[in-house]
Amino acid sequence: MVILHLAIILPFLFAIAAPILHKLLPRVHVGWLMLPVPAALFAYMLSLIPVIRDKGFQEGTIAWMPSLGVDVHVYADGLALLFALLITGIGSLVLLYSIYYLDKNREKLVRFYVSLMLFMGAMLGLVLSDNLMVLYGFWELTSISSFLLIAFWHEREKSLYGAMKSLVITVFGGLAMFSGFLLLYVMTGTFSIRELIAGVPAIAGHDLFVPAMLLILLGAFTKSAQFPFHIWLPDAMEAPTPVSAYLHSATMVKAGIYLVARMSPIFAGEALWLWLVSGLGLLTLVYGSFRALKQIDLKSMLAFSTISQLGLVMSLFGLGSAAALYTGTPQAEFFSKATMAALFHLLNHAIFKGTLFMVVGIVDHETGTRDIRKLGGLMAVMPITFTIAMIGSFSMAGIPPFNGFLSKEMFFTAVLNIRSMDLYGMDAWGTLFPVIAWVASVFTFIYSMLLVFRTFGGKAQFDKLEKKPHEAPLGLLLSPVVLATLAIVFGLFPNLASYSLIEPAMAAVHPGLLGPGEQFMVSISLWHGFTTELFMTAGVVALGIVLFLLHKRSAVLNQPLFVKATLNKSYDGGLSMMDRVSHAITRVYMTGSIRHYMIYIFAFLILALGLTLFGQNAFSIDTSGFAEMSFYEGAIMLALVLASIAVLFVNSRLMAIILTGAVGYLVSLFFVIFRAPDLALTQLSVETVSVALFLLCFYHLPKLKKELVSLRFKLGNLIIALGVGATMTLVALSASRTKPFESISHYFLENSYKLAGGKNVVNVILVDFRGFDTMLEIVVLGIASFGIYALIKVKLKEDGLESAPGQSRAALPLEAYKSNDVILKTLAKLTIVIILGFSLYMFYMGHNHPGGGFIGALMASAALLLMGMSFGMKKVDRFMPLNFQKLTALGILIALLTGIGSFVFDAPFLSHAFDYFDVPIIGELELATATLFDLGVYLTVIGVAMTIIFTIGRDQ
Amino acid sequence: MELYMSLTIGVLFTVGVYLILSKSLLRIILGTSFLTHGVHLLLLTMSRLKTGAAPLLGEKADSYVDPLPQALILTSIVISFGVTSFFIVLAYKAYRKLGTDDMEQLRGEQHE
Repeated sequence: MVILHLAIILPFLFAIAAPILHKLLPRVHVGWLMLPVPAALFAYMLSLIPVIRDKGFQEGTIAWMPSLGVDVHVYADGLALLFALLITGIGSLVLLYSIYYLDKNREKLVRFYVSLMLFMGAMLGLVLSDNLMVLYGFWELTSISSFLLIAFWHEREKSLYGAMKSLVITVFGGLAMFSGFLLLYVMTGTFSIRELIAGVPAIAGHDLFVPAMLLILLGAFTKSAQFPFHIWLPDAMEAPTPVSAYLHSATMVKAGIYLVARMSPIFAGEALWLWLVSGLGLLTLVYGSFRALKQIDLKSMLAFSTISQLGLVMSLFGLGSAAALYTGTPQAEFFSKATMAALFHLLNHAIFKGTLFMVVGIVDHETGTRDIRKLGGLMAVMPITFTIAMIGSFSMAGIPPFNGFLSKEMFFTAVLNIRSMDLYGMDAWGTLFPVIAWVASVFTFIYSMLLVFRTFGGKAQFDKLEKKPHEAPLGLLLSPVVLATLAIVFGLFPNLASYSLIEPAMAAVHPGLLGPGEQFMVSISLWHGFTTELFMTAGVVALGIVLFLLHKRSAVLNQPLFVKATLNKSYDGGLSMMDRVSHAITRVYMTGSIRHYMIYIFAFLILALGLTLFGQNAFSIDTSGFAEMSFYEGAIMLALVLASIAVLFVNSRLMAIILTGAVGYLVSLFFVIFRAPDLALTQLSVETVSVALFLLCFYHLPKLKKELVSLRFKLGNLIIALGVGATMTLVALSASRTKPFESISHYFLENSYKLAGGKNVVNVILVDFRGFDTMLEIVVLGIASFGIYALIKVKLKEDGLESAPGQSRAALPLEAYKSNDVILKTLAKLTIVIILGFSLYMFYMGHNHPGGGFIGALMASAALLLMGMSFGMKKVDRFMPLNFQKLTALGILIALLTGIGSFVFDAPFLSHAFDYFDVPIIGELELATATLFDLGVYLTVIGVAMTIIFTIGRDQ
Repeated sequence: MELYMSLTIGVLFTVGVYLILSKSLLRIILGTSFLTHGVHLLLLTMSRLKTGAAPLLGEKADSYVDPLPQALILTSIVISFGVTSFFIVLAYKAYRKLGTDDMEQLRGEQHE
């Protein structure tokens, strides 16, 4: 465990604490309570810069599932640090901004900040994890928190649509990536990224290498909104603007880029990697910038701009991977310039795009619209916002002296350099790269200008706005001012970033290019002479200005090209088609008839079990070890069979219930014969209580009608029933064959007394060896009893059918009915005392003799039931004024605490201890914690049984 | 004895399944009880019958019957008690609210 672990955990802790903090300090904006988190983390990450520059990395491990190779291994190198700084730095500014953006009286702030903190923690975890499985977990968590944040205004249809779309697309990619990770594991046997990088030479030619790469790229492309998966990002703009600025521009959408950079050392040698990453990136760049031109909503414009810029960075990482092919030659450094540009632009984009999103948020906030057709002339009323917007836009357009200009120039350098590559057909196609890059830059220039001058320049048309615009409050301006300042600072002094951030990050992306102790030397300067790049920029500006002026009049520039067949339509169509098809398929077998479902289950049982056993030739019977059968046993068996079959033919409910009860009692006789005293006792008590329960409900259950059904219906049922019966008989018989493996039963017989100090092996298994199972079992019982309680007691509003047809409103028997039978009353008094006393004895002796918590409790319940029947329920109430629901909870609590108690002695959950004491008169006495656990069982079962009896018995 | 027990188990299962496939809710509930009994006896029979004394070490016998299925069955008896009670109450509530216990009439409706 290192501080880095804490850094990941901290946001999660605050996510949990947010509701509590809000309760404690209801008048403070939740944002103020959360702001210290990213601020402190940012400071910590800054302090790591010198450490990582010197040492290269910082790491720490917490073992999680070592047997599966999954550990929480945090690893911060230059690349991770760059991202961590973005996450915490932009995070702090966005949080500050959101405090002024979201009204604390109108918005559900706790929900907002919980999701935001969740995202921050997940994103930090993503970039700091070395283990691919952990990385995947955080990856999906970012998708989920993004989903929650997009759907923040969930009363809007469009928010839900956008949230769903982003989730469907990114989780689809995430799953693909997950399978890619698994393929990597299959090849190498490790989930550690660094071990993978070290093992690349061994797997490069592997059959699964390319599939793994494609799957991982699918994850990266969907997350980073690359064409054609970009369609979710514009719809994600339904989120509050601080979220758009943070998740959908500065951080989360860059996770895909992070993954590409991270995986680059593994896949860089593959031609397909270079082509796919750089090609698709470039396509996304030009497509996104072209679409951005046509948007009338400022946020949509920024969304397409983000898509296009993500494509730019993506393609740069692709081009940079070419360096790996030239390891050891001077050309390596030449091509690695692309990576340098990518890292620098990553930073710059976060800065200027963050600025612009915040500006758009301010415009939206102050004017009530983001439609550029309604906006205009805001320059005069919002001078500060205008200045910030201009810095952001000019930086994005690539105009000096802002930071975007520098990375744009470096981008041109990279695409020009790639022409000199002589591998993978680059020599033939390489010329295309600078051409496309240049065209896209022109588009970028135009929409940057549109963004700022359509909003702030031109004629004022304030009559079209909902509000009268005025300058934003200081709080809203603070964050964008900081970012705009950074845009200028990094433009004038780029080496501030290159020394501290880019050089270490380069080392992380290109580990193979450095000898031991070497470092990348990155030097960026504002003025680099009259180069091709500079002339390209001049061309961009010239053509850009011309087209900007033409924009309003030219349909090619401001109207959508395709209306009928768009990607969005095919997404919607595909989704609804899948919906329809799966609905149609489901409707075929989900008929709503329980009988059909049962038939599926039983038919499957016959086929799966019967055929498998038949196929494995398991149906052989070995009669040699069969036990003797006496005449009396035969008679009981016959009675059991006859009683069972008779149930099928009776038409009286009373008869059916009594016959079923008889079968139960006969089964308990078999338990006696088969040397299972505990089972016999349990079965007897259960049967008694449940027959009584059946009879209690008796009046309310309908008469058993002779079922008027076709012969076909009956015959079908009979065939299935006989099939199941025959299969089970065969299963029982084939068990007589030699066992394929040794039974584990002798372990319990040998160790029951030695390890657990109990002589009743069955009870010892229940409370000691398998105590955890029993623990969960009583929980299940508790749930069943609460379910019954809720069914009876909770009356729904529309529950107007309380007096169902043909029902009198008479109370159920137990409440009103008191027996007049004197003999019953007299005998009952005596019997109840005896049974209750015996129940306690049974409970206590259970560890060594037949008995135990279950049996004792069921007996006690039977005694209380008898009391209720003879004297009325009120008597029971007076005799035992307990709340049986609470008793159930108390029982479970005792069992749980017994289990937790073992932690005090540093033993695993539910470890038991025991010892023997000499007590005068009684003799040797055993005290075991298992008895305490059994007490929990005892109380729970009494609570459950009495809750059931009381709720049914008293319902009116 | 195992042979006859196996046949008895078959009968219990047949009756249970037949009851479960019928239309009346009460019969279905009774059917589940039969299945439970069948399973319990099946577990016991599969571990061979009467191979020794009851699994109480105080008996000081040479051999004991298998305690493991007994522990499983004990758990199962108690759980099935809870489940059966829940079933009964559900059936009784459903009948009072809807006025029928015919499963074909209680069929879920198609949601579009």
